[in-house]
Amino acid sequence: MSVSVPAPAGARSTYADEVVLPQDGGTAAVRRLYVPIDSGALSLGAEETAAAIAAEAARRGIAVDIVRNGSRGLYWLEPMVEVVTSHGRIAYGPVQAEDVAALFDAGFLDGAPHRLGHGLTEHIPFLAGQERLTFARVGIVDPLCLDDYRANGGFDGLARAAAMAPAEVVQEVTDSGLRGRGGAAFPTGIKWKTVLGTPAAQKYVCCNADEGDSGTFSDRMLMEGDPYCLIEGMAIAGLAVGATQGYIYVRSEYPHAFRTLEQAIDRARAAGYLGPDVLGSGRAFELEARMGAGAYICGEETSMLESLEGKRGVVRAKPPLPAIAGLFGQPTVINNVMSLASVPVILAKGAAFYRDYGMGRSHGTLPFQLAGNIRHGGLVEKAFGITLRELLYDYGGGTASGRPIRAVQVGGPLGAYVPESQFDVPLDYEQYAAMGAMIGHGGLVVFDDRADMAKLARYAMEFCAEESCGKCTPCRIGSTRGAEVLDRILDARAHHRPAGKELALLESLCDTMLNGSLCALGGMTPYPVLSALKHFPRDFGAQDKSAPAAA
Amino acid sequence: MSTPPTPSPIPTPTPQASAASCTTPAGDRLQALVDARKALPGAMLPILHAIQEEFGWVPPEAVPMIASALNLSRAEVYGVLTFYHHFCTQPPGRHVVQVCRAESCQAMGGEGLEAYARATLGVDWHETTADGAVTLLPVYCLGNCACSPAVRVDDDVRGRITPARFDALLAGLRERDAERAGQEVAA
Repeated sequence: MSVSVPAPAGARSTYADEVVLPQDGGTAAVRRLYVPIDSGALSLGAEETAAAIAAEAARRGIAVDIVRNGSRGLYWLEPMVEVVTSHGRIAYGPVQAEDVAALFDAGFLDGAPHRLGHGLTEHIPFLAGQERLTFARVGIVDPLCLDDYRANGGFDGLARAAAMAPAEVVQEVTDSGLRGRGGAAFPTGIKWKTVLGTPAAQKYVCCNADEGDSGTFSDRMLMEGDPYCLIEGMAIAGLAVGATQGYIYVRSEYPHAFRTLEQAIDRARAAGYLGPDVLGSGRAFELEARMGAGAYICGEETSMLESLEGKRGVVRAKPPLPAIAGLFGQPTVINNVMSLASVPVILAKGAAFYRDYGMGRSHGTLPFQLAGNIRHGGLVEKAFGITLRELLYDYGGGTASGRPIRAVQVGGPLGAYVPESQFDVPLDYEQYAAMGAMIGHGGLVVFDDRADMAKLARYAMEFCAEESCGKCTPCRIGSTRGAEVLDRILDARAHHRPAGKELALLESLCDTMLNGSLCALGGMTPYPVLSALKHFPRDFGAQDKSAPAAA
Repeated sequence: MSTPPTPSPIPTPTPQASAASCTTPAGDRLQALVDARKALPGAMLPILHAIQEEFGWVPPEAVPMIASALNLSRAEVYGVLTFYHHFCTQPPGRHVVQVCRAESCQAMGGEGLEAYARATLGVDWHETTADGAVTLLPVYCLGNCACSPAVRVDDDVRGRITPARFDALLAGLRERDAERAGQEVAA
């Protein structure tokens, strides 16, 4: 990927085959290092670290090849530098620019011990226990290098799909048990089958990359760290349903991911993986990345279609389903980034391989994202069935503040607040639905015992009011009235007055929003509100049932 | 949001401003940006992005131009422009600082950072500092939730922001501005 550091001897900018050898003829071996270009790592100084390594290497006359990879997802160690040794890749982190000289002195290029050293990357417990199918390459490869992608199993799935009949590809995806990873968990294969079976001169595949949920970043990590995986998944979807045009709708908060995708699309097209004749199949698939404009509602699929068509992102009533009348009125597959990025491995290794992961009707793996007040924040891809307790403590290491965990919001701003008493429920779509929660996009936002659940409930209403598209009344008006009711509840609490009447009103309002809204924004904003009220009633000035109040 | 350049001088639009009446350099440039994209399916957002990328905001005379190019009413274009938080209908400061207000950042003391940012800059949300240097905007998630609290300064996201790191970021902006001013003087 693009590197903005001044290139010393041996530094490279893009492809594995573009290593610049030392000017003196290069008797010394070129030492390869990895410094992430993921925007999370960049946000912690990875660019400065890469520049410092290049400068220090030049000063010492050492030829280095600095590969800018995606993040491995161990964000508490970012910027995490890996050096390639004969034993494998050895991790150091977090490495700030000022640590670099000391690392050279310690011999980190040979994997020597150092206070920032973590040994072989693959053996770090956080990574070693994961089941990375969708994220198999993220952090390992150079994101824009096609050779790297192919060398790690890339395009095997597309090659197989190109040789299959469309209905066979759809069947394979159906058999894998893959369900929509964006939140609704609808079976992907069934959606594809509807589009395949709807005759039209033009069909589309739209990727919903409007990852607006707080606590989620897996779409971003994949688009920045392994963009060809998403491109391959979309090309497979195109071949499977007979769509010749695809769009990736990327939120404007992700400029870095957008630029990476644009470059990757150009390179994939030049190499024949996109274009008029995908992999010599005689079938066309074109792809374009489009940028959103800061509207959370455009993560709702019909609103996203309106936005792609150039309109206000106002939700459409369903039916008709987008699979029958979607973008520009044509049959359209709409999937989340994670759903589409799971397709290549399903096609490459077969439906049964994927289906064997997970539990119940939740097949495969989900990249969970540990966020908020958590010691070891990052990405954990595991099969369904793992519990919150395992994720929060075995992987996350408890809170960053060292205080007890009070609640975890699972599944974004529309997800329920889960109290500790439910930490042992397996993460499975059906079991979560049964307890009034949802897994959604797999984001987990951790709060310690200082969290004020009534204020968080108010925030949920405020957020809904801010982001409502305005089409339906329960969401447009209800969210504003909800914030007002919660203000009165907070006021009553502050003055030790009973708020029973207001609490009854809040529950009634939530019931209206839940049952009367057109889409999930108004329909699910009550989830965080009601779950906070149910599990932490004392925060609302209600009778204590069981849970402790905020510290 | 892209680094907003110093807005080009743009004439005050007349209510009847139309594509044909814009013959200033800025008007010509706007027209070129519109024309280059008007044939795209769903061209509206790509056009608005291109304009904001170049001018730092979407000037009002762009509205009739886009309406004319896409065969829409000015009201329809205005409706789209104002629906999306990302598009600015007022010129922003030289830099845009976004502070995340979403749950993950709240869990890591984001509310304190919000208050600090407003107090330090002496502005409220959506306002620009008196010297025109910084426009402060709220944002709902930057996708950097394992490194909360997060801010975005122009196009750069920064994580684990403390008041001290926030100050350092602002100092960096001032330094860059001073350098740029120095270069302009030298030129």
